[in-house]
Amino acid sequence: MIRNYLLVAVKVLWRRKFFTFISLFGISFTLLVLTVATSFLDHTFGPHAPELKQDRMLGVYTVRLTSDDGSFQMTDKPGYKFLNEYVRTIPSAEKVSIFSDFTSTATYRKGEEVKLYIRRTDGEYWEILDFEFLEGRPITREDEQKANFVAVINEATREKLFNGESAMGKSITMEGQNFNIIGVVKNAPIIRMTPFSDVWVPLSTFKTSGYKETFTGGFMAAILAKSEQDLDLIRSDFKANLTKVQLPDPKKFPRILTGADTYFESFARNLEGGADDPRTGTLISILVLLAVMFIILPTINLVNINISRIMERASEIGVRKAFGASSLTLVGQFIVENILLTIIGGLLGFILSSLVLSYINNTGWIPYAQFGLNYRIFIYAFLMMIIFGIISGVYPAWRMSRLHPVEALKGGMK
Amino acid sequence: MIQLENIEKVYRTDTLETVALSGINLSIRKGEFVSIMGPSGSGKSTLLNIIGLLDVATGGKVSLNEKVVSSHKDRDLANLRNRELGFIFQKFHLINDLRAIDNVEIPLLYRNMSYKERRKMAEEALEKVGLISRTSHFPSQLSGGQQQRVAIARAIVGKPKILLADEPTGNLDSQMSDEIMNILKELNQQEQTTVIMVTHDKRMADMTDRIIRIFDGRQVA
Ligand SMILES: Nc1ncnc2c1ncn2[C@@H]1O[C@H](COP(=O)(O)OP(=O)(O)OP(=O)(O)O)[C@@H](O)[C@H]1O
Ligand SMILES: [Mg+2]
Repeated sequence: MIRNYLLVAVKVLWRRKFFTFISLFGISFTLLVLTVATSFLDHTFGPHAPELKQDRMLGVYTVRLTSDDGSFQMTDKPGYKFLNEYVRTIPSAEKVSIFSDFTSTATYRKGEEVKLYIRRTDGEYWEILDFEFLEGRPITREDEQKANFVAVINEATREKLFNGESAMGKSITMEGQNFNIIGVVKNAPIIRMTPFSDVWVPLSTFKTSGYKETFTGGFMAAILAKSEQDLDLIRSDFKANLTKVQLPDPKKFPRILTGADTYFESFARNLEGGADDPRTGTLISILVLLAVMFIILPTINLVNINISRIMERASEIGVRKAFGASSLTLVGQFIVENILLTIIGGLLGFILSSLVLSYINNTGWIPYAQFGLNYRIFIYAFLMMIIFGIISGVYPAWRMSRLHPVEALKGGMK
Repeated sequence: MIQLENIEKVYRTDTLETVALSGINLSIRKGEFVSIMGPSGSGKSTLLNIIGLLDVATGGKVSLNEKVVSSHKDRDLANLRNRELGFIFQKFHLINDLRAIDNVEIPLLYRNMSYKERRKMAEEALEKVGLISRTSHFPSQLSGGQQQRVAIARAIVGKPKILLADEPTGNLDSQMSDEIMNILKELNQQEQTTVIMVTHDKRMADMTDRIIRIFDGRQVA
C-alpha cells in the first residue's frame, strides 16, 4: 500500500512540475536558514574541540557589582584575586583553571608587524581543554610555577610566522618578552570564549605581579566537575563562597552578582542584564519563538499552495471517491505526497546549507570558524521539517477529506 | 438487487429549501437495463447518485443486495462503490494527465492487487470497448467517443454488478451514441450487468427494458 502511495506521489509531483518546484524552493530555503542558524548556535554552545568535556564544564565569565537598589552598577570580567579566592576554592570541583581574557598584541616578522591575540593561562587550562596538538606539548603547572617563558601557538600563527614549517625550538617576541615555542595547536574559533587565542603563555610571565591583586577585570575561570551530576553542587558551593566575599568597595557596591555558568547560561545572563540567576528558559523560548515565526510564513504559503492544488484536483478526487477511494485513503495519499515533498526539500536544504556554511568558513568573517553540519543539527532541523510537513499537509488534507464526491465531480467545494 | 424505499432528498441552505426528490420507491432486479427520464432539473442525477452511494438521501432507505446501506460509514461505502458499482459520467471525468490505461486502472488501485494483475485487467477492459490500440494515449489525444469508451472501461474494469450512467451519450453525436449504447447493451446481455442509465433521448430509452419517469422530484411511471 505504502509503495503504491509513493509511486502515485512521485507521479503526481512529476505531473505538477511548477507546483513541485515552488514547494521545494520554499521548503529548502526555509530549511537552509534554519540549519545555518542552528549551526551557529551549535557552534557557539555545543561541545566542540577543544571543549570536549563541555557537559561537565562551567565558567565564571562576568561579575556585576551593584548598589542595594541596583541604580549603580558595574559589570566586568572577574579579576584574578576574586577567582583565586572564591572559585579556585570550590570544594566539589575536580579542577579549576584561571586564565586571562585574550588581548591583542603584535610580533614582527622581517620588520613587518603581525597582529596576534594573546592569552595567559595556568597549567590546569590545558588539562581541562582538549586541544589537539599538531606538534609539541602544552603549558604545564610547572611552567606556570617557574614562570618559564614558553608559548603555545595555533596553526594559523605558525602559518603566518613560519610558513607552516615546524615551530619547535623557535621563539616569538611580543612586547619585549621572548618566548620559546613549545607547542602548536589547531585553531579554535573566536566565538568560543574559553579556548580562542593565537598565542598562549603562562600567567606568571606578566611583567608585574599586580594582576594578583585585582578583584575585577581581565580574567575568567573554567571549572571542571567530576561528573555531570556535580554541576549543581558546584553552583551552590560557589554561591556559598560568594556570601563570604570581601568586596572592594562595600559602601558603593554592597552586592555582587555572578555565577558558575555554561556558555548558554552566561549568554542568557548577559541578555537579561546580568540577572541573579540566568533564566535559560526565557532564552530558549525566544529562540523557539523565532524559529516558529520563521517557519510559520512558509507553512501558510505551503498550506495555500496545497489547498489550491487540491481544488485543482477536485474532479480527480471526485472520480477517485466514486471508484472506491475512502476519505482516509485519499488523506493518506495526500500526506505521503507532502512528506515526500518535505523530505526532498529537506535534503536539498541540507545540501544548500553545507554549501553556504563552507562559503562562510572560507570568507573568514568569523576567525577560525569551522561551521559544519553534524548529527545534532541534522536531528533538530529534521524535527522542524517534520513539524513543517505535518502542519502544511494536515489541514489541506482535512479539507479534502470533507469534499463531497458529487460536489467534487462538479469541480467545486462548499 | 436494488431497493429504494420512500427516498427523499432536500437541499437546505439558510434561505432556501429545494426538494430534489420525494417519495421515491423503486426496485431494480439483477440484470435489468433501466433508464431514467425526465425534464432538466427534475432530479434524475440526484436519484442516480443516491443509488450509486455517492450521495446520501435525507430520508428513506437504500438497500443493496438485501442489505440496508443508508447508514454505512465512509469506509464501507467506499468499499461498496469499489466492488459493486461502476460509474459513467456525461463529462467523462477522465484524469487528464494520466494515460488511458492508468485511468482505467484507478478502481483497482483501491483493491489489494499486484501491478501485473491490474495491467492485465485494465487491458482486458480496454479490449472490450475496442480501444486496445490506444492504451498509452492521453485523454486529450482521443475523440469524445473514445474518451467515453475509456470511461466505460474504467467503470467495468473491476467487474461490478451494477453500472450507473448519467447521460453517457449527452456529449456525443448520434453515431458515437449508438456505439456506446451497443457496448452497454452487450455488457447487460452477455455479463448480466445491471445497468441504470439517465437519458434525455427517447430513442436510447426505448432500447432499455424499463423506463422510470421523474417529474419534479416525483416518480410518475
Ligand atoms: N447542491 C445543490 N444545492 C441545492 N440544490 C441542488 C443541488 N444540486 C441539485 N439541486 C437541485 O436539485 C434538483 C435536481 O437536480 P438534478 O441535478 O438531479 O437534476 P437533473 O434531473 O439531473 O437535471 P439535468 O437533466 O439538467 O441534469 C434541481 O432543481 C437542482 O436545482
Ligand atoms: Mg443531471
